[in-house]
Amino acid sequence: MAQNGAGRFADVLAKHEAQILEDWVADQRRAGGGRSLGRLSEAQMREEAAEFLRLLRQAVQQQAAAGAGGETDTDGPGWDAVREFLAGLSRSRARQGFSPTETAAFVFSLKQALFAHLAREAGGDADVLFAEVWQATTLLDQLGLYTTTVFQKSREEVIARQQEELMELSTPVVKLWDGILAVPLIGTLDSARTQVVMESLLQAIVDTGSAIAIIDITGVPTVDTLVSQHLLKTVAAARLMGAECIISGIRPQIAQTIVHLGVDLSQVSTKASLADAFLLALQKTGRGITRGAGAGVTSGAGPAA
Amino acid sequence: MADPSGSETLPIRTSTDVVQVRQAVRRAVTQLGFSLVDQTKMVTAASELARNTLEYGGGGTVRLETLQEGARRGLRLTFEDQGPGIPDVERALTDGYTTGSGMGLGLGGARRLVNEFAVTSEVGVGTRVVIARWK
Repeated sequence: MAQNGAGRFADVLAKHEAQILEDWVADQRRAGGGRSLGRLSEAQMREEAAEFLRLLRQAVQQQAAAGAGGETDTDGPGWDAVREFLAGLSRSRARQGFSPTETAAFVFSLKQALFAHLAREAGGDADVLFAEVWQATTLLDQLGLYTTTVFQKSREEVIARQQEELMELSTPVVKLWDGILAVPLIGTLDSARTQVVMESLLQAIVDTGSAIAIIDITGVPTVDTLVSQHLLKTVAAARLMGAECIISGIRPQIAQTIVHLGVDLSQVSTKASLADAFLLALQKTGRGITRGAGAGVTSGAGPAA
Repeated sequence: MADPSGSETLPIRTSTDVVQVRQAVRRAVTQLGFSLVDQTKMVTAASELARNTLEYGGGGTVRLETLQEGARRGLRLTFEDQGPGIPDVERALTDGYTTGSGMGLGLGGARRLVNEFAVTSEVGVGTRVVIARWK
């Protein structure tokens, strides 16, 4: 009975492949309402549908020929081609900005056209029709969910890559002057990122032989005890290497919060702005900023002294 | 008395969730019209407690509730975990005391950053920390 139903499912697919394709494409066009399909050309959609239908038919026929007609497991080797095709489709859809629902709907939307043909072939035999529809729906559900799994995986790959990129981008150590470095910190300071910051700062201190490093936290929205601890550790490590740290960018609300938290930053030089910290660094290295003769001339304040 | 007019529950399972909690709290206090200092205090307290829930409680949840009492508006946060619990709450609130690798200031610091603070903990059952801050 199962053999019989499955064999017929394969036959229906083979016999009416062209017509099922026509109906399916029409269904997709209607369901899409032009919204998501705008990103896909009609030709591309038809091509994908034809390819999927062909691979599906081959897999089902192979299964029926092998006598495993009742099997509804799409993990087997006979389904490799189908799964590979769907994985490719899912990845390209994810890149094009489709939602997982829209992507899975590609597979699910085949049901209407397919079931209509199965019903016609069954000729009113409800038991046969039920067996066939059950097999077809189980297969298509698995394949549809498979596209979602792949979709999610490719999204996660994108996120992981972005996180790595962010990690690299967010920790530039810049040289402000001879012997003066600065690290502008931006965003969330979790342990992994702080580790990267600390390493690149200590390395830059060695490479440039700098005596002073300014850590600017203007771009850090929340300074809690963990962030404070990370900062203090970085300062302590730099000190061991003979460099002094200045923490700048402590805004009024951050200052008040740190006091309430009970964090002791008194052992560290701190400044409200990066400009103040730079000035302090210059002083500590025996330099200063003076308004030179050039400034007088450009501002039009009379002859230079 | 206090009438919760909106609530939201967030999971705390990973360190990314701690960031999400901070952002949700920041959104809530901004909407309530908290001053910048009060916003920062509440967000920082939430950050400390969310991390405690994750590190010492083995993960849990936080519930955000907007409060309205007459003309006063505020935000209440309830952190819950099913972790090992705190054997000595008074000691845990002492500055500088920690069983982990932190500074030992989180719990006591959070208490100083908010208007209302309550810890209930049972060893082997879990911990619940409720904080509230009014505008």
